[in-house]
Amino acid sequence: MYANENEEEGGGAKRAQDAGEATNASFLRFAVVGSGPAGFYTADRLLKTFQNAAVDIIERLPTPFGLIRSGVAPDHPETKAVINQFSAVAAGERVGFFGNVTLGKDVSVEELQQLYHGVVLAYGAESCRTLGAPGEDLPNVLSAREFVWWYNGHPDYVSLPVDLESAETAVILGQGNVALDCARILLRNTDELAKTDIAAHALEALRKSKVRRVLVVGRRGPAQAACTAKEVREILGGGLATGLKDVKITIHDSDLQTTALDQEEMKASRTHRRVFDLLQKAASRPPPAGATKELEWVFFRSPVSFYASKDEQGKQTVGGVRFQKTRLEGGGNGRSQRAVGLAEFEDVPAGLVLRSIGYKSLPVPGLPFDYQKGVVPHQQGRVLSSEGASASASGAPAGEVPGLYVVGWLKRGPTGIIGTNLIDAEETVASIAEDAKRGLIGGFDAARQGGEGLRLLLRDKGVTHVPFEGWKRIDAVEVERGADKGKPREKMVDVQEMVKVAGSTS
Amino acid sequence: MMKAEAAGQRESSLSGSFGRHQSRGFAAEAAALADEKETIQVTFVDKNGEEKQIRVPMGVNMLQAAHDNDIELEGACEGSLACSTCHVIIMDQDLYDKMEEPSDEENDMLDLAFGLTETSRLGCQVVASPELDGMKLRLPAATRNFYVDGHKPEPH
Repeated sequence: MYANENEEEGGGAKRAQDAGEATNASFLRFAVVGSGPAGFYTADRLLKTFQNAAVDIIERLPTPFGLIRSGVAPDHPETKAVINQFSAVAAGERVGFFGNVTLGKDVSVEELQQLYHGVVLAYGAESCRTLGAPGEDLPNVLSAREFVWWYNGHPDYVSLPVDLESAETAVILGQGNVALDCARILLRNTDELAKTDIAAHALEALRKSKVRRVLVVGRRGPAQAACTAKEVREILGGGLATGLKDVKITIHDSDLQTTALDQEEMKASRTHRRVFDLLQKAASRPPPAGATKELEWVFFRSPVSFYASKDEQGKQTVGGVRFQKTRLEGGGNGRSQRAVGLAEFEDVPAGLVLRSIGYKSLPVPGLPFDYQKGVVPHQQGRVLSSEGASASASGAPAGEVPGLYVVGWLKRGPTGIIGTNLIDAEETVASIAEDAKRGLIGGFDAARQGGEGLRLLLRDKGVTHVPFEGWKRIDAVEVERGADKGKPREKMVDVQEMVKVAGSTS
Repeated sequence: MMKAEAAGQRESSLSGSFGRHQSRGFAAEAAALADEKETIQVTFVDKNGEEKQIRVPMGVNMLQAAHDNDIELEGACEGSLACSTCHVIIMDQDLYDKMEEPSDEENDMLDLAFGLTETSRLGCQVVASPELDGMKLRLPAATRNFYVDGHKPEPH
């Protein structure tokens, strides 16, 4: 309400209606859906590429920055520094922010296409792959993404049923950086975590945690581990200031035997080579004196099923994981080796299991979607229609949906680091610039009212959006609450409270 | 972090290449005031191959120097060795060989740099010193289809 009535609050790109721009035929209006790294880098590149354009960023939460806020681990504050740049982008005169607006619920793809010359979808991957294994739905078998969102205070996962008090051993399936983040959070001294922006509910649960041993399990070997060197160095401790302390690292020598094909793979990948070296060194290092916790790297194991057990109250929960032993097959000539089952099985008791086998994007109505790959089909960022050539009547090349673009995880799948999205955004924005040059987008159209039109639409629908000014109020309150506890911020985890704080005038 | 501080870097003005909010920090002022002997000449070659010659005061790193001279070089983590967006390529192999080896932490980030070469460094870790006078740095150019560039989704 406040936002709809207060022009100064932004929400639509602030100056879009000024200076006759509304009737300027060359003025372009863009909507970017999603305010994570892909969305913000795209907004920035759009503004730099088009001097006569306005960009509105639409975000389903009242808070911006996507996985920088809800994905990056709380003990990696330096990785979050990019928020400063993104905040400067959001403060720009040609930028609007519409927080608390959900695509597919509050506004449709079609409505955005009517209001904007170009719509760029950057809403990421908000689901995760599953194994489809028996017992996967047992209590305390969770996806790593849910666990991450829980400890990072994402409003959707505040009440995730994670029980750390009846589990001594946690198994993490997968050996990527998300898996290592989860392992680190489970193993790190809680006094260290207390100085981060970890969510209060998670810190409380971790303080009571009985988890002493964490197994990170991969289907393939240490030469194929999907993590990167920084994360490995950190979790292996090794005297690093930010490394884990008091944790015994277990890596079995037998797993460190490499084949010629392993060597070939490592030769082709600097990351894999360096990760292997770090694991090899850690394997021969004596455990720190007084180690109270243990991290074990388990290789060549593929999960088959999960079995149940009863906790102290007699409630059914996960009791462990049945693994099949694997060996590597194929490979050579630049191809990766695959893990194949050996039909030898092993049960590993565990009271907590986190599946860290990849994120997955979700479709929205009106948007072409490749269900197989879990991404939006595209050509260098231009969305391709599911029906193939149906869009060609518009003058766009066959199969392309004119004015609809995709970037980030929704485009390339859930891989890469924050910086990858910069390269990705540049590709999508280059496509947009080409389309503008070819006259496929742009031109005066009274219906394309951009942020002003979106504001009216949301008002009619009774949707309260949170402008960037509103987020700054939330931010200030979070920082203030954090200061009392020696934390950089105490995250708000309730959307209603966020909207209320965002709308308060102080 | 410690490495970055040792490199004489001030976090406050390492604000990325997003222009608008940048304060023209002390590096620029220092550059104007300093005797030429206290600065070195550095040439940046941008993504389109265009060259820009600047003078960089001793002790100032190349990310800071780029920002002080309106050169587009990203610095997502503000020089804290948590990203690889300030990736630069040293164009002279001999000069690269004379430089101090990148630290493990820098190498960790270079692993993830887009378009890595044998003479890649992070701009925030290359600090102006007399032996680097005349250095030429190239910013990696994005290819149109970046999937070609070594990226392939890993099956689990």
